[in-house]
Amino acid sequence: MVHLTSPAFKQNAARAMADPGLQQALARSKASFPGKRTAAVAALPEFEALRDIGRDIKNHTLANLDWYLETYAAQVERAGGVVHWCSTADDARAAVLEICRKAGAKTVTKGKSMISEELGVNEHLETHGITPVETDLGEYILQLRKEPPSHIIGPAFHLNREDWEESFREMHTDLPKDRVFGERRDILVEARTRLRSKFLAADVGITGANFLIAETGSSVIVTNEGNGDLTQTLPRVHVVLASIEKMVPTLEDATSLLRLLARSATGQDFSVYTTFSTGVRRQGDLDGPEEYHVVLLDGGRSNMIGTEFQEMLRCIRCAACMNHCPVYGVTGGHAYGWVYPGPMGSVLTPTLVGVEKAGHLPNASTFCGKCESVCPVKIPLPKLMRHWREREFERHLSPAAYRRNLGLWAWFAKRPSMYRLATRFATGALGLLARGKGSFTSLPLAGGWTEGRDLPAPEPGGTFMQRYARQQRATRG
Amino acid sequence: MPKPRPRVALFVTCLVDLYRPSVGFAAIKLLEAAGCQVEVPEMQTCCGQPAYNSGDRATARDLARPVIDAFLPYDYTVVPSGSCGGMISHHYPGLFDDQDPYYRGRAEALAAKTHELISFLTDVMGMAAVKAHYDGIVTYHDSCSGLRELGIKAQPRKLLAGVEGVAMREMAEAETCCGFGGTFCVKYPEISTRMVGDKVKDIQATGADTLLAGDLGCLLNMAGKLHREGVPVRVRHVAEVLAGMTGDVAPIGEQRG
Repeated sequence: MVHLTSPAFKQNAARAMADPGLQQALARSKASFPGKRTAAVAALPEFEALRDIGRDIKNHTLANLDWYLETYAAQVERAGGVVHWCSTADDARAAVLEICRKAGAKTVTKGKSMISEELGVNEHLETHGITPVETDLGEYILQLRKEPPSHIIGPAFHLNREDWEESFREMHTDLPKDRVFGERRDILVEARTRLRSKFLAADVGITGANFLIAETGSSVIVTNEGNGDLTQTLPRVHVVLASIEKMVPTLEDATSLLRLLARSATGQDFSVYTTFSTGVRRQGDLDGPEEYHVVLLDGGRSNMIGTEFQEMLRCIRCAACMNHCPVYGVTGGHAYGWVYPGPMGSVLTPTLVGVEKAGHLPNASTFCGKCESVCPVKIPLPKLMRHWREREFERHLSPAAYRRNLGLWAWFAKRPSMYRLATRFATGALGLLARGKGSFTSLPLAGGWTEGRDLPAPEPGGTFMQRYARQQRATRG
Repeated sequence: MPKPRPRVALFVTCLVDLYRPSVGFAAIKLLEAAGCQVEVPEMQTCCGQPAYNSGDRATARDLARPVIDAFLPYDYTVVPSGSCGGMISHHYPGLFDDQDPYYRGRAEALAAKTHELISFLTDVMGMAAVKAHYDGIVTYHDSCSGLRELGIKAQPRKLLAGVEGVAMREMAEAETCCGFGGTFCVKYPEISTRMVGDKVKDIQATGADTLLAGDLGCLLNMAGKLHREGVPVRVRHVAEVLAGMTGDVAPIGEQRG
């Protein structure tokens, strides 16, 4: 399981901001994704209307989730598959292991799955003598480097080409010394060569799911590399790892959401591969697994239903929020300290690991609102982060000094005449301190501000209310 | 159609009150030029946003109630800030959700007639041009709440285009947050400073000599960073330029001289 470092968000962020390689990678992402999304959206006049449709599909599904889950499970079983209902991460890990054991699996290939990261499937399988092999290019390098993903669709976006080369040379010990890794293509060729035999040797293939379709019992994955298809068609056993909110009612609903997904994520009209899987291989089918399992995880999500956080379950994991987030843009994904970074993680992580551990995340936002403005299913992310701050405030989890200052300020702000006195005193005192200069380079109690920037001094002449009252008296004569 | 000489209550905002009274006086001048009768309700302190965004809804409600009582009697409430304006027009009603239907109704009524200053001048009062002169190459930062909650983008540019002597030069990423974020800037100072550092680079790259915006929090943040980096850009609230009051007060963070 991804080691939780969210409580050390500030230290994580400081380290990230001091890492030139990471900053270079982040600059590359910032220069790429927002522009691509904008172009894709501009080319589809009905995109805004589609966002409403996407939101409504998800809202409807969540309002009737029990019914759709049962319908879905019945359809999976009709198609010869098995649904493993798992309330907790432990249940889901056990279910995956059990399936692999029964299949006598030695190696397991894996498509990209954030649920797998959430569960720590790789570590669990390794502990029990089964070798997992990540087949998504980004996940593959992260497995070599023993690093968690930093982004939900581009897990290794934080790495530069030199990092790839370094890891390949270190881990692929038989590589000739004169092998050149000059461009992206060289990296692809190396990974593809290594993976080909793994695909063929695997006993079980594990994939995630972008959508589960109640109408047909199908699971849907999208990839740009085709690794998902090889993962799920070549082995004898296919395991789908998915959480309950991936549910949509019909094939048509799934296609509506697919029209939003790639455009929001990478600015593509569609991902290169979109694959629908339904049950086991039937007589006469050219391909398909002998066994088809769905490990269906709740993992705390049903607790969100009926709360102010329910809207978060609409998320289709496109990553537009983090691609556009100015905080993610300087800290990168690892700073957030768990599986899901960026704005969507700042709402989801406290739900799944507890706000007492992930309390920094919903606070580390300027509420600039960019995330909400690009969310394909219109999740009000700043509002939901504010709800977490409310929970923290109620439970006295916010820092004591901060609460004290806020309380002191509020005491004055609630008493206009006292407030006038205090602000007059404050501007007067700051005015005296600032005499001869327009800005402070440092100021007692304002170290947070003045560490990296000056603090402008108040305009001389007193507060507005003071001056306005003076002016009114003068006019009245 | 707006009534002849609508009665407008000016919500000054705590930052303008404390830091930049000229913005308040510029607002009054512009509103009067647009044909409004302006009053400044005396009891105002702060809209409550710091408490609201810190998760302290009870304090936010306590601060919102007297604002609602004092400002509701006027035809309009006008705020020289997208952030505080958005607090009243977009967030006040939600503060009283189910617990207090009386104030919920009053908050909705106030929200419906509360506007940010510049968009009020153009969109409600139909102001097409101002009489002002300012010599400068101007770049404009779109503050987040104004831009995304209230749709303020074209309005200040439209009025600035009519100011004699102004040449506009847009910066890259004008819509990206400057890193102020209310209490964020002191809770996460390193991240905030990095964000405003990036903003300063974008400002510098335009070659503009003046930075304008419609929110004092962002302006203090950007002025502070420009000053620290020694970048000679004059920083002002857009209302000061539109009201032709730049001769009355030095740019933000600078000494008159």
